[in-house]
Amino acid sequence: MTHYDIHSIRADFPILKTTVNGKPLVYLDNGATTQKPLAVINAITDYYTLKNSNVHRGVHHLSQVATDAYEITRKKVKHYINAAHEHEIVMTSGTTHGINLVSSCYGKQFVKAGDEIIISAMEHHSNIVPWQMLCEERNATLKVIPISDDGELDMSAYRSLLNDRVKMVAVTYVSNTLGTINPVKEIIKLAHEYGVPVLIDGAQAIQHIAVDVQALDADFFVFSGHKMYGPTGVGVLYGKEKWLELMPPYQGGGDMIKEVKFEKTIYNELPFKFEAGTPNIEAGICLANAIDYINEVGLNNISLYETELLKYATKALNDVEGIRIIGTSQEKSSVISFLLDGAHPYDVGVILDKLGVAVRTGHHCTQPLMERFAIPGTVRASIAMYNTKEEIDTLVLAIKKAASMLL
Amino acid sequence: MTIKEIQNELIEDFSFFEDWMSKYEYIIQLGKELPLINEAYKTDDLLIKGCQSRVWLHADYQDGKVVFTADSDAIITKGLVSLMIKVLSNQQPKDIVNSELYFIDEIGLKEHLSPTRANGLVSMVKQMKLYAMALSAKV
Ligand SMILES: Cc1ncc(COP(=O)(O)O)c(C=O)c1O
Repeated sequence: MTHYDIHSIRADFPILKTTVNGKPLVYLDNGATTQKPLAVINAITDYYTLKNSNVHRGVHHLSQVATDAYEITRKKVKHYINAAHEHEIVMTSGTTHGINLVSSCYGKQFVKAGDEIIISAMEHHSNIVPWQMLCEERNATLKVIPISDDGELDMSAYRSLLNDRVKMVAVTYVSNTLGTINPVKEIIKLAHEYGVPVLIDGAQAIQHIAVDVQALDADFFVFSGHKMYGPTGVGVLYGKEKWLELMPPYQGGGDMIKEVKFEKTIYNELPFKFEAGTPNIEAGICLANAIDYINEVGLNNISLYETELLKYATKALNDVEGIRIIGTSQEKSSVISFLLDGAHPYDVGVILDKLGVAVRTGHHCTQPLMERFAIPGTVRASIAMYNTKEEIDTLVLAIKKAASMLL
Repeated sequence: MTIKEIQNELIEDFSFFEDWMSKYEYIIQLGKELPLINEAYKTDDLLIKGCQSRVWLHADYQDGKVVFTADSDAIITKGLVSLMIKVLSNQQPKDIVNSELYFIDEIGLKEHLSPTRANGLVSMVKQMKLYAMALSAKV
């Protein structure tokens, strides 16, 4: 890892130089959202200084500039996840929007009474509630793949849940609470044996693991820009052409139409059929800068570096007396959830904050998972490409301080 | 002592702490010392949901005064709850209803009383006033 220049990477993220409560910021809440490099911050200013205009509608110069820039993002996303076609990239406001779009539009077309939807026990609320709503509306049943105490999916249970009534499998690539990397390729392959499409929630994978939607053979793949060093308010829904063509539009409005008459409207073609109204243009355009930035550092370099850091952090935390790591799967990425024996996660979070260490505490939008482990929540440290071993050391010291105060 | 006098006394107590750490150590200590709520009252209908930490609150009416007992599953929250009880318990309902709580601000713990903080404290204060209001209506 000789060419991983952590100092110059850190220098690209201005917020990392700030202080919190008089202490240098140690930002370990990257699972919630990542910080932004100067390339993205500058691109946002640039957009409003030089390009601001609505997209896909004006013939005037600026509108063309903005539209071109917006469409460049689509191209870059296509390459980033190796989609077969640009029109399979639907721009959304984020992961949540993408999942709701699929559950609603796919659901309308394909899910009827008596059908089944499979999710897993480690899903984010975003990948639970939309399917629950669909099941309620259609009188379908939600089935849940159980997990082991280590936080791994029970694949044999999954196999036995598959049958002809199943209409969709929706699982996360990486668990935002446990860090588990799920065997999504195998999950997809098994579902396809029954002709069942699979949606992969890639919110916690896209910034850490190289994704090839064709190699995975994923039918839908969703993620958020803000978790991959990009702006808030933009996300991506990848969908296979064949499914997107068969699904009705999500919302009606401008941009998603070809021709509107009061008798009948002809919908626009893909991907615009699913992109009604003015999107978050600024975020959409500047997502390209985030992708460029990741590519410059190299996603494989990032992966290697983060894996090493995760190993270091896991060992360091395991050495702290009274720490119990929740989520000890063989395959893990970038997330460590833990409990300090006898201390409430909230209390630990408050003390850590006082020491400048930003972690997340609570249920992390995975309440059923907390129930599975019979815990009120966890403390979660989640790492990104700019974190260091020194920061992990600071975290460990802060936890020891918290332990000495609380226990 | 009146609610105001107790608040002023707490402000004075806290002014002796030199850094955040001793302040929090004191709060944690208070949390550990808070007389436990009767287990029978730790039921769901006396639970104030604060998302991350939970607070149970019980009110009794004795000799014209409201007596609060409470508990929380998080110790810092419990310490802050204990401060609230010091200030508002054993007071007349109308004084509780009309009280203005400025001491949290003054002792530098304002962030814990922000409505977006997920610790249930804001809802607890609201609930304490509601109990007092209900009781003063009865009296
Ligand atoms: C696994 C997972 N899915 C979905 C989401 C929701 O993402 P967003 O809030 O950006 O829509 C998150 C974010 O916390 C997540 O971690």
